[in-house]
Amino acid sequence: MSVLVWIEQSKSGPVASSWEVLGQGRLLANALGTTLVAAVIGGDTTTTAEAARTYGPDTVLTLTGPMLADYRLSAYAGALKKAIAETGATVVLAAATTRGREVTATVACDLGAGLAPDAVDLRVDGGKLVAVRSVYSNNILTDITYSSPLQVASVRPRSFPMPEAAAAGGAVKAVDPGISDADIKEKVIEVKSTDSGEISLTDASKIVSGGRGVAQDPAKGFALVTELAGTLGAAVGASRAAVDAGYIPYKNQVGQTGKTVKPDLYIAAGISGAIQHLAGMGGSKIIVAINKDAEAPIFEKATFGIVGDLYEVLPALSAEFKKRLGK
Amino acid sequence: MKVVVLVKQTPDTAELPKVSADDVRAGKVKATMVINPWDEYAAEEAILLGDRFDADSVAISMGSPEAVDALKHALAMGVKAAALVDSTGLTGGDLFTTAEALAGAVKAQGGVDLVLTGKQSVDDNSGAVFAGVASKLGWPLVSGVSKIVDIAGGRATVERLVEGGQETVSVPLPAVLSLGKEINDPRYPSFMGIRKASKANIPSLAPGVAAGSGKTQWTNVRKPDERKGKCVMIDGASVQEKAAKLADALIAEKVI
Repeated sequence: MSVLVWIEQSKSGPVASSWEVLGQGRLLANALGTTLVAAVIGGDTTTTAEAARTYGPDTVLTLTGPMLADYRLSAYAGALKKAIAETGATVVLAAATTRGREVTATVACDLGAGLAPDAVDLRVDGGKLVAVRSVYSNNILTDITYSSPLQVASVRPRSFPMPEAAAAGGAVKAVDPGISDADIKEKVIEVKSTDSGEISLTDASKIVSGGRGVAQDPAKGFALVTELAGTLGAAVGASRAAVDAGYIPYKNQVGQTGKTVKPDLYIAAGISGAIQHLAGMGGSKIIVAINKDAEAPIFEKATFGIVGDLYEVLPALSAEFKKRLGK
Repeated sequence: MKVVVLVKQTPDTAELPKVSADDVRAGKVKATMVINPWDEYAAEEAILLGDRFDADSVAISMGSPEAVDALKHALAMGVKAAALVDSTGLTGGDLFTTAEALAGAVKAQGGVDLVLTGKQSVDDNSGAVFAGVASKLGWPLVSGVSKIVDIAGGRATVERLVEGGQETVSVPLPAVLSLGKEINDPRYPSFMGIRKASKANIPSLAPGVAAGSGKTQWTNVRKPDERKGKCVMIDGASVQEKAAKLADALIAEKVI
């Protein structure tokens, strides 16, 4: 028995939201009276395994080999199944990234286990895992209970606090992934980094978003949004209207057909607040709405509101925060 | 080449906030039902593959008999044929029960090279049924596909987007591809397409899975808490004064 957490690696190192899951994994393992295991899979696992030791697992399993150098679903799912067999895990968790979601789903289905995808909370009740999911595009919550012995969940980023790193503990144990390159059907032809150093929306603690309100001069409008985001150390978001109009790429879209975000601070500039947008950012702790139209529905969801022209309000906010933050 | 598109009938996104916990518990949501918006990208891509590779296309949905409307939408767009896996009476299943039934329907089609799906449904939001279909079929899966580069020599070469990166991957056929929004712009059904779809014969298939086979259950279905408090409007004689007041408020909330 154990709680097993997959620590995902990207080209630039461990994926930070994995630590959030490992932190919660500690509490679940304590409640179940079992051990916490972190599993690191890759061509090179040394650095990530050492980092994992600082977040409280009893054991760090490494599954290493050249066939795992590039991420391929069948290889990584195979390695994770090996880790589950090795540890007798009854709870398997990963961050709900694109890869985390498909790996957990594949492993759960292959092993006949129940799955809670993109869970927003996890607890133990009567010796079993209970996951909470946000469904109907964040309009309904439901508990997920399991009738299978193996209980699998992927966890939405920012559902749990980032744990504090402590002195390294827990033994590192290397396990043969038992996978041969010949067994893997997928071939990776090219991997390009699209990471230009910007903060990802799903991991961001602060987001500044622009909407249709920038239509008068979209380039300038998003330059002002980006300037305020830069000042605050925030990610840049957008409404679907701004994306559809071609002002900003789809990857910046927040909402029902974009990303669900949960920052501490969400500043919506020139966004009217269509329900599809509200579905994606309604979980933000503090919402600031800036809009010319005092009747815009965004003000019904907002914590603070400023009625005004974003072309005037955003530069004033950037100037004010530069002053306050000593920039 | 034969392509299957998996589609689901889901509530109109504008009506999702009105969905009640009671309706979800009863499995009968009162809303205008439409084709799941993410699935339109899969239907569009199947039609484009028809043009590029002379591929035949079949849309398959699992649901109640009313779900034929989602299939008719796919047909009206230009998908060649459709079939419904009738889930009437199938209780106690979970997302992998759905995956198993859909995998069975894909197999029953015979000679399928490619299964295309959307990213997720706007109601269950699981984004996992396609992985279950791939697992049940034993076929490779690529998710987050942003471009089908080529299909040749029994393999599909595709581009996919993951956080912070873009990969080009080649997989042997048959395979399952889950598509992202970047891949195309779904067309609106034409008037002629709608007329043709309205007369289409859509066969109904038995799900071929046992009731009560789900490994997870939904319990304590509820509405999320409403946001508390009213919006505090920041007033001031000048925009600078408003900015200063907002900065004070955000610092007091400890979010700056």
